[in-house]
Amino acid sequence: MEPTPIKQYTKEELAASKQQYGEQVLFEVHQKIYPRITNGWFSKWRWVLVWFTQLIFYGTAWLNWNDRQAVLFDLTSRKFYIFGLVIWPQDFIYLTVLLVISALSLFLFTSVAGRLFCGYACPQTVYTEIFMWVERKVEGDRNARMRLDNGALSPRKIALKFAKHSIWIGIALWTGFTFVGYFTPIHHLASEVLAWALGPWETFWVFFYGFATYGNAGWMREQVCKYMCPYARFQSAMFDKDTLTVTYNAARGEPRGSRSKHADYKADGLGACIDCGVCVQVCPTGIDIRDGLQYECTGCTACIDGCNDIMDKMGYEPGLIGYNTEHAMESGYTKVQMWKRVFRPRTLIYTGILWTIIIVAAVTLMNRVPLKVNIIRDRGMPRVTETGAIDNVYKLQVMNAEEQKVTYDIEVEGIPGIHIANDHVVEVPSATDRSVPIRVEIPAGSAEPGSNKFRFIVRDQSDTKIVVSEKAVFLVPH
Amino acid sequence: MADFFNEWWSIWISILVIVSIVGCGVLLWSQTKITVPLGADGKPLTDGTTGHVWDGTLQESNNPLPRWWMWLFYITVVFGLVYLALYPGLGSFQGKLGWSSAGAYNNEIKAGEAQYGPLFNKYLAMPVEEVAKVPEARAIGERLFLNTCSQCHGSDAMGSKGFPNLTDNDWLYGGDPATIELTIREGRHGFMPPMGAVIGTDDDVRNVANYVLSLSGAPHDPIKAAFGKPKFAACAACHGPEGKGNQAIGSANLTDKIWLYGGDINTIMETINKGRSATMPAHKNLLSDAKIHLLAAYVWSLSNVGGLEAIDKQSKK
Repeated sequence: MEPTPIKQYTKEELAASKQQYGEQVLFEVHQKIYPRITNGWFSKWRWVLVWFTQLIFYGTAWLNWNDRQAVLFDLTSRKFYIFGLVIWPQDFIYLTVLLVISALSLFLFTSVAGRLFCGYACPQTVYTEIFMWVERKVEGDRNARMRLDNGALSPRKIALKFAKHSIWIGIALWTGFTFVGYFTPIHHLASEVLAWALGPWETFWVFFYGFATYGNAGWMREQVCKYMCPYARFQSAMFDKDTLTVTYNAARGEPRGSRSKHADYKADGLGACIDCGVCVQVCPTGIDIRDGLQYECTGCTACIDGCNDIMDKMGYEPGLIGYNTEHAMESGYTKVQMWKRVFRPRTLIYTGILWTIIIVAAVTLMNRVPLKVNIIRDRGMPRVTETGAIDNVYKLQVMNAEEQKVTYDIEVEGIPGIHIANDHVVEVPSATDRSVPIRVEIPAGSAEPGSNKFRFIVRDQSDTKIVVSEKAVFLVPH
Repeated sequence: MADFFNEWWSIWISILVIVSIVGCGVLLWSQTKITVPLGADGKPLTDGTTGHVWDGTLQESNNPLPRWWMWLFYITVVFGLVYLALYPGLGSFQGKLGWSSAGAYNNEIKAGEAQYGPLFNKYLAMPVEEVAKVPEARAIGERLFLNTCSQCHGSDAMGSKGFPNLTDNDWLYGGDPATIELTIREGRHGFMPPMGAVIGTDDDVRNVANYVLSLSGAPHDPIKAAFGKPKFAACAACHGPEGKGNQAIGSANLTDKIWLYGGDINTIMETINKGRSATMPAHKNLLSDAKIHLLAAYVWSLSNVGGLEAIDKQSKK
């Protein structure tokens, strides 16, 4: 019988069909994947990255800097503290720069070696790795887990599942707690948790982020990468024929087939692939890399480690599955030739732009003046005094981005005889802003009627480098 | 509920909304399964395509959405119905929770009052003079002033044409703490009627203006001022025989050199001819009693050097 398309058949078509007919579900039922453990060079690197990213994530929140948390995103007072740096809403450009740097890094790494981020550093990968480690410790490796899931409900099964989920939920809640700890001081948050006195929003976010961690790393796993993550779908635009991707060397491997360890497989007309299926068993997204590059492949390299292990046992050369490029496969490049092509115009241009932006951003960040001034001219001005002098009044919002009390001198320049007629020394406490009324006066006849440009100069009394010069206009009546 | 002309529109919208939401669920359910021919093993015998072919060879593959995704769609349908039962959205039905944006706003105001109220209220029991001596209270007062008063009186409180200077000792209605507080609370309406017709000709007005200038010792024409003096009787009703003004009715003191609208001869003549009218709005409905109290203390401190010195001493301690 011929396979038929999946479509809605009319009654006539069904009546004419000699076949039986029945229902087809149009939604894919989730097949649980039981990835087998891998040990190897790449798996070790992934664990290095897991430790590196998670020590930063779980650890940084607990560090202190002077009298405050070292990294704290204080949303209510709209200030981001990053070690010695205090970022104000006016510094929003740095967030843009950070995003540009992230995007360009993604372009660069993807064009060099595909989904490096997905395979090693993506939170989805990292937390899944941690959760799978727990799962392995509690339930055992692939075969034990499959046996447990297929077996009947037993006290042992309940106990193991309970233990696994308890540990998962514990990790997830700790992750949620740490996440919230970047927005509300974590030491304070910890004491609130101990006193059972979390605020409603803190509670919500701890549980929400915890739930997302538990759900995504415990249950959703590869479904996130396959169906939810947009990056998987657009990165092929960044691949080219010299991009290193996890590749099965079909020329060497085919025809695949089982054989005795000591047989001369070449004489038997076989390739190096013994068709043991390990590359499929270790794959966390459940694909067969031997079918070629697929969008489901996150570049996790588990199949490389799995296959190399088998090759080693068989006494074959490793690298049947490995990082290769499409060009290298087609033209039979050597490793050296292939790696040389990493330095191609595309990657060099990405690298050049990336470093330019990083250096410019670093230089501007280092030379950033931790003082900002907004000038608001009073309406209802100008004012003519008894002596004929002309007054304009301004409200100066002086923002001190340093973490110490600073005294500023305010000066004006740009019109003959211009001066400040009231107190022009302003003290601003650490990392706050203050609005001060400033009365600027010019003698009669020193400026044309209408609008006259001049400048406010605000300088730190104790540090000559901290100076801000702002434009303003002075109105003279007709 | 004045959103609609009559109840029909509310019902119509409710029907549309309910039918749309339930329709989404029914559509999803109807598209979940299809009838296809089966193979000998009783399973659908499919070739993985939808049967659509373009250009002879281009086939459309079947890429099914995961089933959990389908359940998410059902959850949105349920969520939509539950939401509409609890919150406003179904025509003019207000929802079982009785939530409204105005109510949420009022709750936030209440929460704000509860949080910040004590900060302000602790000064309410203190006399204005004492409040002005507390640097923190003065700082609160300054911020309130910059927010509420500076638009007219200027950020430095020195006013401008038509808006009184609050830093001198010249007060239209009185500068004692109680009067300042009353002025802020109830507002003021300053009114001077047009006096041109009462005084007489343009020359008469000019003479009176010169006399007014002479009261404060400003440069003037003594002869015209002498002619103007008898005519000033019309002004004396409010400004007093000596021109010193009357705080009870808010008439200006003409013997100082402080002019609300300008002290040159032309402006004074304009004032006499056309009169003046000015309003300070009442703030009792805009600011709490405690805030008015703090503002009064700040304003009072601006013109009371003794008070300011005390404040300086306090802050230096």
